[in-house]
Amino acid sequence: MNLKISGLDFIREVKTGNISVEDFVAKTIEQIQNVDGKLHAFLSVNEEAIDQARGIDKKIKSGGKVGSCFGMPISIKDNICIKNSKTTCASKMLENFVAPYDATVITKLKQQDAIFVGKVNMDEFAMGLSTEFSAFGPSKNPWDTDYVPGGSSGGSAVSVSAFECVASLGSDTGGSVRNPASFCSTVGYKPTYGLISRYGLISYANSIEQIGPLTRTVKDSAFILNMISGIDPNDNTTVDNKNEDYLSGIESGIEGKRIGIIKEMIGDGIDPAVLSATKDAISKLESLGAVCEEISLDMVKYSVAAYYTITATEAGSNLARYDNLRYGYDFPLEGYEFNSYISKARRNFGPEVTRRMIIGGFVPSAGHAGKYFLKALKVKSKLTKEINEAFKKFDFLVSPTVPILPFKIGEKIDDPISLFLVDINTVTANLTGKPAISIPFANSNGLPIGIQLMADSMNDTSLLQAAYALEQTVSLPEVPI
Amino acid sequence: MTMIGLEIHCQLTNLNSKLFCSCKANYREFEINENICPVCMGLPGSLPRLNQEAVKKATLIAMALNCTTPEKIAFFRKNYFYPDSPKNFQITQLNIYGDTSVGGAGSIMIGDKKIRIIRIQLEEDPGRLIYEGSSSKNQITLVDYNRAGTPLVEIVTEPDFETPKEVRDFLNILSDILANLGVADPSLEGAMRADANVSIEGGKKVEIKNIGSFHDLEKAVHFEITRQESLHSRDIGIVQETRHWDDRRKITVSSRSKEEDLDYRYFLEGDIPWIRIDPEIRKKLQAEMPESINSKKERYVSKYNITSQVADVLSSDKYYSDLFEDSHTESNAKEVANIITTELMGLVDTREKREASKFTSVHLRELADAIQSGKVSRNSSKNALHEILKSGKDLSAVIEELDLGNVSDESELSGIVALVISEEPQAVEQAKSNPQAINYLVGKVMQKTKGKADPALTLDILKKQIGV
Repeated sequence: MNLKISGLDFIREVKTGNISVEDFVAKTIEQIQNVDGKLHAFLSVNEEAIDQARGIDKKIKSGGKVGSCFGMPISIKDNICIKNSKTTCASKMLENFVAPYDATVITKLKQQDAIFVGKVNMDEFAMGLSTEFSAFGPSKNPWDTDYVPGGSSGGSAVSVSAFECVASLGSDTGGSVRNPASFCSTVGYKPTYGLISRYGLISYANSIEQIGPLTRTVKDSAFILNMISGIDPNDNTTVDNKNEDYLSGIESGIEGKRIGIIKEMIGDGIDPAVLSATKDAISKLESLGAVCEEISLDMVKYSVAAYYTITATEAGSNLARYDNLRYGYDFPLEGYEFNSYISKARRNFGPEVTRRMIIGGFVPSAGHAGKYFLKALKVKSKLTKEINEAFKKFDFLVSPTVPILPFKIGEKIDDPISLFLVDINTVTANLTGKPAISIPFANSNGLPIGIQLMADSMNDTSLLQAAYALEQTVSLPEVPI
Repeated sequence: MTMIGLEIHCQLTNLNSKLFCSCKANYREFEINENICPVCMGLPGSLPRLNQEAVKKATLIAMALNCTTPEKIAFFRKNYFYPDSPKNFQITQLNIYGDTSVGGAGSIMIGDKKIRIIRIQLEEDPGRLIYEGSSSKNQITLVDYNRAGTPLVEIVTEPDFETPKEVRDFLNILSDILANLGVADPSLEGAMRADANVSIEGGKKVEIKNIGSFHDLEKAVHFEITRQESLHSRDIGIVQETRHWDDRRKITVSSRSKEEDLDYRYFLEGDIPWIRIDPEIRKKLQAEMPESINSKKERYVSKYNITSQVADVLSSDKYYSDLFEDSHTESNAKEVANIITTELMGLVDTREKREASKFTSVHLRELADAIQSGKVSRNSSKNALHEILKSGKDLSAVIEELDLGNVSDESELSGIVALVISEEPQAVEQAKSNPQAINYLVGKVMQKTKGKADPALTLDILKKQIGV
């Protein structure tokens, strides 16, 4: 049984009867048992996965109507609610929270007969980019377990790259899908804001984040997008995509497309290996018929500061409900009045969440909002204007997904500012609502490098076409597990 | 000069569902914590789903109170920790970054006085705290979230009131207007609440919160003015603060909390996109707007010749004016108005009585017709009304059963008139010279018929028999 196949190949194999869903899922669970002790991608594993697989096999045999996933085993980031299962956000605060409802993406995937093999690790409440801030311990990079897998959807990327599932759903607030995808050599895609319902995704910074797939191939991402995108009455920010088919024209190529190379993302602080991979990617794109040209985006240098100001503000509000009255851990009430009780309860957040709560209490507060929060909103709107201008001239913008290579676990954990700066290439897509995708492109001494393509809002179809075209030029080593 | 301003909260009780989910806006019928869902409980991952109907109703209120209505409205988060707030922030509206709440500046007239409105905003009501326990020491606080997310409209006025009486009059008129618009039933317990701010010449503004009823609001404002004047007369400064109304002692008490120092860290609610109130919607709302109380009143006076006092009473109460509209005809309008204002208002003055009563507009119309045609006397009509309210039976059946029909049979009445004439020779003599005295004899006939004699017919026969 080959676990290394793509999602679409899995479906073909099941359809042709070459493999049974039960065998594949059982083998996947076995893989989790074999490697996850070392990698720690999973926070919980679905005990009923094999039974569910058997049920789908039965449905196939009896000629019943089978959803388009045909039992494809998918892992889900632990900030997306699955009814009657724990959804912890990798936080002590939600350690025992059992969601009483399904997120919209889960409902849609269930209807298509996907199998959820388990919930995967992340930085606590999706705050971080190394998965080291999980309250339940870090995940490790399958390419070298001394290294971080990226984050915050680190568990998603690890589980896909280590064959513990075929695909995964993560969430991307400032690069949380694309960053671990780049570090673990998978495809990671953040769609246009509003394309996928966030209902059931536990909010961190709700005005800019999106659920996104992490997959082995670009086609798999397009396939998943077909199932989970579209308007949702439960999320007022969703947009009508008119049942767009993201897969059918994916091989259209990029002949004649204009691509902007963002100057600010290949300058100071970039790792030489990453720079050389990016240059290589640009020449590959040109050889496919695209016209590439440098473009300068002045506001990018302020984007990380604006990003952390806005996300901390929203996080401060979104996480306010975790006050230990309704979730959290019990301790005796004796000796506390309301405010001191809340203070004590909130000490159960980890260091990164605490840091952002404190920033989030400060930057939008009376007397400081003008200097910080409102200024950040101004940067956001200027950046959006600048990007919109850029997309009048270009079809896509290209950059490395992350300016540096994966770093060692523990290497940056005490230096939050240097960690923040790793987000420089990814936050722009979130602040402006644009779709962006990371494609596995190169490998430097065993560590993966991803290339990011960005497109204008609602141009997800052509973005996936460009990503597919670039993907076809790549040949990468196999993950050493 | 005394300056009083108000902040009124009114639930949109006539809506089906809450502001951001499909739980019922009418939470009162439910057992504790039975009218809740992941959204109004603020469960992790849930998102608000805006009730568009609430936006329309709130805009309707803004238009009725002559407020400006912006083209685009937005929602903001007001962040604070409190156990009755499931998300620890309230989704509300704010105008500090431009007018984006459902209503901007407006005004209404209280008699000749104009009360200016600063803004109207749409927001969610929090849950309700229930205190249990025998003493303050072992008291526990329970939270009922049935109310959480109920659509609430906040109306903020300028400090244009000078007396507690003006405040009371304003609230009565406002609650009539809201009821007339069909957006709320202000008589429901807790549906309409108000806070006040009071300042006197040379003093700072004092906010009074926690006032249970409009009646208490008038008292609280009165108490506060007296308290401030007393301080002022002794040259003691009045500090800016928030005070709570102590319902038991009927005084205001400094809340000592640092409420005024709270920083709500307002920012835009990203989960609800801006809502465009385009001219089409406004036009449609204008067209659907129910007739105003003032216009009803004028119509009652000019069209039906109803007195201005009766028209005033009738038009200002939605329940009675609806009843009037449903039951009157061109010819009996005045009689219907008369029955409602002189009889019915005393019988169905509470919600319970209204709900228990079994009468319909048809009853009312028939009763008015019967009085006008002389089938029932005005006197007997009261008994008929009582019976109808109780049993809901047809008017004709009630008349029959209680034997309330007028004696309008000429021969029967002639006999009774003859009997009275024989018993009252003196009065008959007087009546011959003094036309007024004949009324005494009519009264005697009424006595004998227990008020059922047709008065016009009785007079006719009397005149004939006496020969005047």
